[in-house]
Amino acid sequence: MVERRPALTVLSHVVLMLGVLVVAFPLYVAFVASTQTSHEIQQAPMSLLPGSHALVNYRDALLGSAGSAGSNAPVARMMWVSLVSALIIALGKIAISLLSAFAIVYFRFPGRGLVFWSIFVTLMLPVEVRIGPTYQVVADLKMLNSYAGLTVPLIASATATFLFRQFFLTVPDELMEAARIDGAGPLRFLRDHLLPLSKTSMAALFVIQFIYGWNQYLWPLLVTTEEPMYPVVIGIKRMIAGGEAAVDWNIVMATALLAMIPPALVVVLMQRWFVKGLVDSEK
Amino acid sequence: MAQEKRVSYRSRWLPWLLLAPQGLVIAVFFFWPAGQALMQALQRQDAFGLGTEWVGLENFQALWNDPSYLASFRTTALFSVLVATFGLGLALLLAVMANRVLRGATVYKTLLIWPYAVAPAIAGVLWLFLFAPAVGVVAHQLQAWGLPWNHLLRGDHAMALVVMAAVWKQISYNFLFFLAGLQSIPKSLIEAAAIDGAGPWKRFWTITFPLLSPTSFFLLVINIVYAFFDTFGIIDAATQGGPGQETAVLVYKVYYDGFKALDLGGSAAQSVVLMTVVIVLTVLQFRFVERRVNY
Amino acid sequence: MASISIRQVVKRYGTGAKAHQVIHGVDAQIADGEFIVIVGPSGCGKSTLLRMVAGLEEISAGEIAIGSRVVNEVEPAERDIAMVFQNYALYPHMSVFENMAYGLKLRKLPTAQIRERVDRAAAILELGHLLGRKPRELSGGQRQRVAMGRAIVREPQAFLFDEPLSNLDAKLRVQTRLEIQKLHRSLNVTSLFVTHDQVEAMTLAQRIIVMNAGRIEQIGTPEAVYGRPATTFVAGFIGAPAMNLLRGDANARVFSMGEQVLELPAPAPRRGELILGLRPEHAVQAQDGWPLIVEASEMLGAERLVYGQLAGQPFTLRIDGLAAAPAPGSQLMLQAPAERLHWFDPASQQRVE
Repeated sequence: MVERRPALTVLSHVVLMLGVLVVAFPLYVAFVASTQTSHEIQQAPMSLLPGSHALVNYRDALLGSAGSAGSNAPVARMMWVSLVSALIIALGKIAISLLSAFAIVYFRFPGRGLVFWSIFVTLMLPVEVRIGPTYQVVADLKMLNSYAGLTVPLIASATATFLFRQFFLTVPDELMEAARIDGAGPLRFLRDHLLPLSKTSMAALFVIQFIYGWNQYLWPLLVTTEEPMYPVVIGIKRMIAGGEAAVDWNIVMATALLAMIPPALVVVLMQRWFVKGLVDSEK
Repeated sequence: MAQEKRVSYRSRWLPWLLLAPQGLVIAVFFFWPAGQALMQALQRQDAFGLGTEWVGLENFQALWNDPSYLASFRTTALFSVLVATFGLGLALLLAVMANRVLRGATVYKTLLIWPYAVAPAIAGVLWLFLFAPAVGVVAHQLQAWGLPWNHLLRGDHAMALVVMAAVWKQISYNFLFFLAGLQSIPKSLIEAAAIDGAGPWKRFWTITFPLLSPTSFFLLVINIVYAFFDTFGIIDAATQGGPGQETAVLVYKVYYDGFKALDLGGSAAQSVVLMTVVIVLTVLQFRFVERRVNY
Repeated sequence: MASISIRQVVKRYGTGAKAHQVIHGVDAQIADGEFIVIVGPSGCGKSTLLRMVAGLEEISAGEIAIGSRVVNEVEPAERDIAMVFQNYALYPHMSVFENMAYGLKLRKLPTAQIRERVDRAAAILELGHLLGRKPRELSGGQRQRVAMGRAIVREPQAFLFDEPLSNLDAKLRVQTRLEIQKLHRSLNVTSLFVTHDQVEAMTLAQRIIVMNAGRIEQIGTPEAVYGRPATTFVAGFIGAPAMNLLRGDANARVFSMGEQVLELPAPAPRRGELILGLRPEHAVQAQDGWPLIVEASEMLGAERLVYGQLAGQPFTLRIDGLAAAPAPGSQLMLQAPAERLHWFDPASQQRVE
């Protein structure tokens, strides 16, 4: 801001606050809905003030004891499935990409170019463009309805590999040479030096991949058919399958809020790394 | 930044061991299925699912002649344009405002980026709830104002619903990048323009916006990719492609035809078409990223 | 401690038709405990040679031996050498103590012994109070000392220095130079020191290896390379300002440069075309002698440099700083003592006696 224009500053704040309100509105409504009874919601319009049934609703959601026409799966179990698969995906991706990037950057071997381009090509194959045959492979390998089926097809990431590769290229050559003279072989170098230096990249990647894993929809939709293995995002969709009027919106909203908490927590708590990671990873 | 390391390790077998996990996964879950998709796109299963015959490009021709597929293309195009326009426009506005205010910038930032964490499917459910014709708060208000909202019956309402949900979710991502882009513009350029006599409006359009164009191009491509692929959850949760096929974007159709209608050849052909689109978009993205760095 | 032998070493990049040779068969013999400086302009191959001794570059042909052992195929860690890098190469996430202890830990030395060696090195380099700090909390000079400490604790057969002073400011450079000298006097470890700065070479070396374009031009003591340069390259590289090199035709006591004829204090070593070398500090002003037409002068404090033309070729003269500045266009008469003249063959650039 160059000149002092108080009017413009006020306008900026107004616009920003409006933005925040619009962005927060669906969340607020969901929260209010999760504190009311199903009956209160059906009496449209629903009041915009919180009700008093929060505890009941959340308990029903978590334990699956509501009697709605849609799915009644216990949300607690679904949250657990989501958590486990998100963690497997995030941590698995980080580990695998780290090793691949290390191999590509620090070793010279025949076929390295081919390997690099093969990984690059997978950038152009998001799961959405290969759902049919990938499902077939997973089914053939008897991985349906398992954590493996939910996570392994999603666990190789070109973006993560390239992120680590870029980072490794910025590590000074002398560091590796000094370690080599000190007597460190490649794996020692990776463990003693690259890993500690990669902490920020790993943190940023963790945030992005955890959210990616938690929010997966299309893939779990295909590979899970049994209730105990549904992640929570699938569970919610199934709850509203019973037709608008028969749905217990209060339970659905309670579930939605529960489902939003872990990723939101991760984003807010690790905001610094998250922002850095997003902006850096697209370079 | 160097593209190569000056010194490398000499082991013959270690790099292959390190690459094995990623290599295995992408061989089994990327290349093999992609190859299968290509093959299936060129075949057709008979009615009993017992045999397959090679039909060459017939599946693709069938797609081309299929009005519902072409409609899906149009729907996807419309959807992407709307999502990109509103997603970028609103985010830019918020970023410009956030760049101006000195106090509270971090608070606004935190409050505006959290939707990134929301699953598309959940975003779909939330907005569905707001606009549910019978119980939705907003739907009710719209009806009170004389607008008969019903996305279950009207295609344009359904489209509006999914666009709103998609834009709502994408704003944070765009906002972050726009803000970073704005903050990387040297203050001295803005000050020079001010001394030259340009007011804030003029300064924005003649200095800031052009300098932001690499970021804008980049986000445009990202948003289109997002609209094409990452919005499946929103659509499945909110409208299931309906009413009819009015919100059946390409990726939804691939899913529907493959898993609900069980037309494997057609679905595979659609997958191949989508793959081509991704390749084109990825190439575009990398070209523009390079341009961005060289600005 | 050990000697280092470099025998017919060649370095090539690429293979077949695209091969690019950067070091063309060099030989050098470094005695046990000697401090050798390899000096030369950028790109002459000095760092590449050092890195071949370290094991960081492959040896294309020839042999390098440390002690009596040929080390061509030996991994750097097995060669019992320590290296100090230009950019210090300290492990940024480890403390000073951990940096110095790392190599010893990998060699499985007992903790007590590690502690003892690190403390001793820290005492020598006055790093005792910095042992707990991370590299980013240290100044450039301190970081360089930690890098040296890391090399010292290894108690290797040889130290290798790759332009370690280039990243320091001028004052720190002088200080660290003295510290390196002190260190060598007390530890007496064979040392190979690479630099592009001839001042560092002259002040630190027991013997200097002058390299140019992948070849060794001369190996000798500082006095030898200064007083009896083997080639015109060495003559122009060692000593600042550079030695004046005049082309002409010699005939007994006469040196013809174009139209001008100069009298020589002693007969030239042979007849015909020769290059005459004379350092700016060795020409003296006299009543009569060689005519120098003054073009400009620079005042440096203790000395003044006078630039001009001698018989149509550029010539630099050094005079005392307190002397009056000669006016541009004026003429000074110069004389040179016979023992200060150097002769080189114009075709081979080699010294002629």
